[in-house]
Amino acid sequence: MEIVLDVLSWICIVAGSAFCLVGAFGMLRLPDVFARMHAAGIIDTAGLALVAVGLMFQAGLTLVTVKLFLIVMFILYTSPVSTHALAQSALSMGVKPKLADDADGNEYKKEDEPSKT
Amino acid sequence: MAAAAVGMIRLRNLFAVVMLSGIFSLSAAALYVVLDAVDVAFTEAAVGAGISTVLMLGTLALTTTEEAIKPQRNIGALVVVFLTGAVLIYSTLDMPLYGDPTAPIHLHVAPRYIWDSGAEIGVPNIVTSVLASYRGYDTLGETTVIFTAACVVMALIGRGRSKVKHQLPEGAPSFGYAALKPHSVMRVTSKLLLPLIFLYALYVQFHGDFGPGGGFQAGVIFGAAFILYTLIFGVDNTRIVIRGWFRRLMMSAGVLIYAGVGVAALLMGGNYLGYSALAHEATHGQHLGINLIEFGVGTTVAGAMITIFLMFAGQDR
Repeated sequence: MEIVLDVLSWICIVAGSAFCLVGAFGMLRLPDVFARMHAAGIIDTAGLALVAVGLMFQAGLTLVTVKLFLIVMFILYTSPVSTHALAQSALSMGVKPKLADDADGNEYKKEDEPSKT
Repeated sequence: MAAAAVGMIRLRNLFAVVMLSGIFSLSAAALYVVLDAVDVAFTEAAVGAGISTVLMLGTLALTTTEEAIKPQRNIGALVVVFLTGAVLIYSTLDMPLYGDPTAPIHLHVAPRYIWDSGAEIGVPNIVTSVLASYRGYDTLGETTVIFTAACVVMALIGRGRSKVKHQLPEGAPSFGYAALKPHSVMRVTSKLLLPLIFLYALYVQFHGDFGPGGGFQAGVIFGAAFILYTLIFGVDNTRIVIRGWFRRLMMSAGVLIYAGVGVAALLMGGNYLGYSALAHEATHGQHLGINLIEFGVGTTVAGAMITIFLMFAGQDR
């Protein structure tokens, strides 16, 4: 039984860390502000939830599991709200999302210039 | 952490510098957790990665986003800094080696705290017993420093009476909940979160005896709840929710409670801040004294945080 729990928690923690790496890579390399926020959201949801589930397997049925669960719930509650606030402020500053159909070979635009299209 | 520090010095974009300072504080908090200093990590995360970053960002809204280049290098300043650093490093050569088990602090001070704290004070968290009882004077000084900082901010920035209202589109209400209709997501979620934050602040305040916590962290979290309210609902609403006289009362009352407990201990026949004299039994007196002074510390820190943030945020009027 121990070995099953260990294997499961290994899988979950490694998968969560992989999601964190993917999210970090996306935050650096995606072209648009809004796409980068999406990548950050991946870290908060998939990365955090999988790592926490892996740790819950390690902790077993104790108070630590309940606390981990509450932490995940709290972050799942507040992270979309902060992303929403960030996106709202970006929109009100005039940042337009980079759409697929204005790609006429333009370079990546700086995000503090309002879009001219 | 070194990379963050070097980045902070070399970067000129002030927004990035503020973010790096937040990252630095967060890494420091993680380092303290690894070193088993959980109370310090808690305070560092709350103050360094939370409140400081918010205050810096609020100030940044008033200044430029790039730091001005200084064209010439100041050789005199460099020499002074090197000399001071050399003197300080030379003076550390006299100190015992880091972690040396024969150093006086490990032979006399720390064993006394660790072995006798249970019998003399009876509080499970030795950090609280050291902070609040064995080193009560220092903590009184810290609380007075926080109070002074808030007073200095009030003196420098002023009361921030709003004389000019922001320009709003016609017909838009400038006040109250109707003005926040477009921000319904943030309004609703923050109102759901605020009671939980206050509850957590009270939990940290009164749980400082048993786990990491205490007055400083609780005051910071209490202030952070008000900062969240200010960020969503505006400075005007917050000035109505928690009035000026109440904020000043909070700040002063905390220091008064702390010093007053010391005087009460004097009047009951013990030393100043000797809590054993406060009750019929020494450990009960210690518990009572620690709870009272932690309450004073929490009140002062909360009042100071709210006041400083409102002073900073109300500056663009």
